[in-house]
Amino acid sequence: MNVLARLGLPLAAVGIGILVLVAGLAASGYDAFDALGAMGRGAFGSADAVLSGLLPRSVPLILIGLGLGLAFSAGALNIGAEGQFYTGAIAAAWVGGRVVGLPAPVAIPAALGAALAAGALWAGVAVILRRRFGVLEVITTLLLNFVAEALVSWMVQGPMQEARHIYPQSDPVAPSARLPLVPGTRLHLGFGFALVLALLGWVVRNRTLWGLRLRAVGTNPRAAAVAGRVRPARFFAQALVLSGAMAGLSGGVELTGVSYALYQNLSPGYGFSGIAVALLARLDPLATVATGLLFAALEAGAAGMQREAGVPAVAAFVVEAVVILVVLLADVARRRAAPAAAGV
Amino acid sequence: MPPLLQLQSISKRFGPIQALDGASFELDQGEIHALLGENGAGKSTLMRIAYGLEQPDAGAVVIEQVPRRLRNPTAARRLGIGMVHQHFTSIPAFTVAENIALAAGWDPARARLAERVEALAARCGLPLDPQARAGDLSAGLKQRLEILKALAGEARILLLDEPSAVLTPSETREVLALLRQLRDRGVATVLITHKLDEALAVANRITVLRHGRVVFTGTTEGLSAGTLARYMLGEDPPPRPARPRPVPGETVVESRDLAVRRLGPAGSGLRRATLTVAAGEVVGVAAVEGNGQRELLRAVAGLATPSGGHLVCRGTVAFIPEDRSHEGLIGDFTLTENAVLAQGRPAPWLRGTWVDWSLARRRTAALISDFKIQAAGPEAPARTLSGGNQQRLVIALALERNPQILVAENPARGLDLKATAEVLGRLREGAARGLAVLVYASDLDELLEVSDRVVVLANGVLESLPPGADRELIGKTMLAGGAALSP
Repeated sequence: MNVLARLGLPLAAVGIGILVLVAGLAASGYDAFDALGAMGRGAFGSADAVLSGLLPRSVPLILIGLGLGLAFSAGALNIGAEGQFYTGAIAAAWVGGRVVGLPAPVAIPAALGAALAAGALWAGVAVILRRRFGVLEVITTLLLNFVAEALVSWMVQGPMQEARHIYPQSDPVAPSARLPLVPGTRLHLGFGFALVLALLGWVVRNRTLWGLRLRAVGTNPRAAAVAGRVRPARFFAQALVLSGAMAGLSGGVELTGVSYALYQNLSPGYGFSGIAVALLARLDPLATVATGLLFAALEAGAAGMQREAGVPAVAAFVVEAVVILVVLLADVARRRAAPAAAGV
Repeated sequence: MPPLLQLQSISKRFGPIQALDGASFELDQGEIHALLGENGAGKSTLMRIAYGLEQPDAGAVVIEQVPRRLRNPTAARRLGIGMVHQHFTSIPAFTVAENIALAAGWDPARARLAERVEALAARCGLPLDPQARAGDLSAGLKQRLEILKALAGEARILLLDEPSAVLTPSETREVLALLRQLRDRGVATVLITHKLDEALAVANRITVLRHGRVVFTGTTEGLSAGTLARYMLGEDPPPRPARPRPVPGETVVESRDLAVRRLGPAGSGLRRATLTVAAGEVVGVAAVEGNGQRELLRAVAGLATPSGGHLVCRGTVAFIPEDRSHEGLIGDFTLTENAVLAQGRPAPWLRGTWVDWSLARRRTAALISDFKIQAAGPEAPARTLSGGNQQRLVIALALERNPQILVAENPARGLDLKATAEVLGRLREGAARGLAVLVYASDLDELLEVSDRVVVLANGVLESLPPGADRELIGKTMLAGGAALSP
């Protein structure tokens, strides 16, 4: 019953999202069922579509979603995963380009470690601004996205531009810094990282005192401080930095697992879709894997839809947006219902 | 003469709770009618219906023989009904005149506003300087402002919700005298209270509510406090907690010239407090709201940083915050989660940082039964508990930490007589086992009942009282500070 209730809402939300998409397609003159079929084939049509399309695409979504779930659990509204992803990617490209000759067991951790640290640092800027000057992290993390994107743009046209100085992109990283692939596919080791980190996240969140305190801070910082004797600001900062580290890691994984080189628009908005992934999972790490896969399927499907039926791939974002709105509205409705029952 | 206000067979349900069940009430011209009942008996709900803040599920509101539907307080005010809420609702930065204009919908820019306010004050016989800032008024004068706000316009019916909740005894007497004066000027008053002596002192008639039903209505003559208490409770009042003479142990809390900056938006903060609390004694802090008690208690509890002076606490300090639903518990967490959060470290269910939830659940279940907490089980969300049961849980969690010092901030706030007696009894039991207890209660009767010794905070300065100080002296000191103590 409980499990059904928890699954019911996200499924209903996705159903409503797809209905809206169908209605929109029909209204704008597309053959809606043809388009939906193309979408299904794009996501699940073949083993290759799944292994080389859907699964690799889910990796950054899951990694970012896990980190944001952690931040949101502590009440830290990190809207800057996109920027943290990019700083992670820059760091991985830089380190990955300089580990030539080192064996993979050294080169990969070095590149990913640098990515993780860069993402954490980028989120750390927001923590410092919040602590020292009281600027809300919603604003700073959002604005730091633009800074990070500008930084990438400068890097690929300046200090990190490839050797021939023709294309606005970096040199590819050393072969030893690239994540191993499942032979014959583009599925890389990052997917394994995502699964392991999801499990780890679930255990930390649900089985440790730290996880309980983190959730307490996010649910009610005053009660956490008074009844739980914890310092909310500290948990807030830890959660924000950790979520930045996860987004940075996802940038590093994308770079060393998929693109191998840094260029602009490396992310099709993973940092923002990650917000939806975390919210739809209700911040639960294991559910984040499911919602990450779902969104990857939507986006991979939308790409298929564009190829076969000529529907712009951004249609996937319509579904994502509707899903988020339905989930948020259901939350509001539930909150309205709860106090009415308790108050006298 | 026909009744001014009739509430006929009013029923109102909130979710699973039947707040009112066919309750009827009448208010005659020129009377003070006390509405008595325990917390949760439905008295506030009944008056909120009369003021248009709630709509009844069934029943009728009849004003001067005409049935009315009061959709909102504006409609009630138009029909001559004014309400004074339990807590002050004035804006401190505004003047008296501006506050009244805001409440009455008068144009605050008009030159004649001061005149108009003065006329209102004269009509009611409640003089008040229209230009004074509301924040500068004493509690008694603030209450006067609240009454003027309610009576602005042509109100002839005044609904007064627990006026003594935030007043000292002498201020309460002042307000009761005001009510008599208003009665002589033709204002009929409903006095909502759970204090029997107030009702007996001032009311012409008394109605008692219990569990949403009227169990008694009659004139005050010949009524005794004992009779009323039996009506309110449906049984004899609970016995007072036995109080063994304390054996003063060693001093565990010691402060010298302690100062703490104010925590809220208003109040004096703590300016100077020299205080000791010994193991095995209950020290009560008497103070009017905003005189530094919050800062003192929270400094001892380690939740506020002193800005001056010295403070030493020897041992673990457990704290019971006033606002249990927002600070004492996390409503969306289960009882077990609340227990694990409150216990912190060390805890029997912790292995390093790992929580053994099944052990935590079992211990919480044991706590629930030890403290007779009515809950669906250890996995029930804390918000599903009633106020009394939430407070039992907060106290159980505080004591479970085996503290040497217990700091309790208004621990019986909003609880009914039985739950209050139980909470105060827990504090006494703790002291009997050697706990040092520092307690603040806004209700002076509660404070005197539970404390071995009372200290007073006035304007942030702590005054120790001579042994055997009575409530008159305490009340005076609360208002005047040390000046009341010098001969």
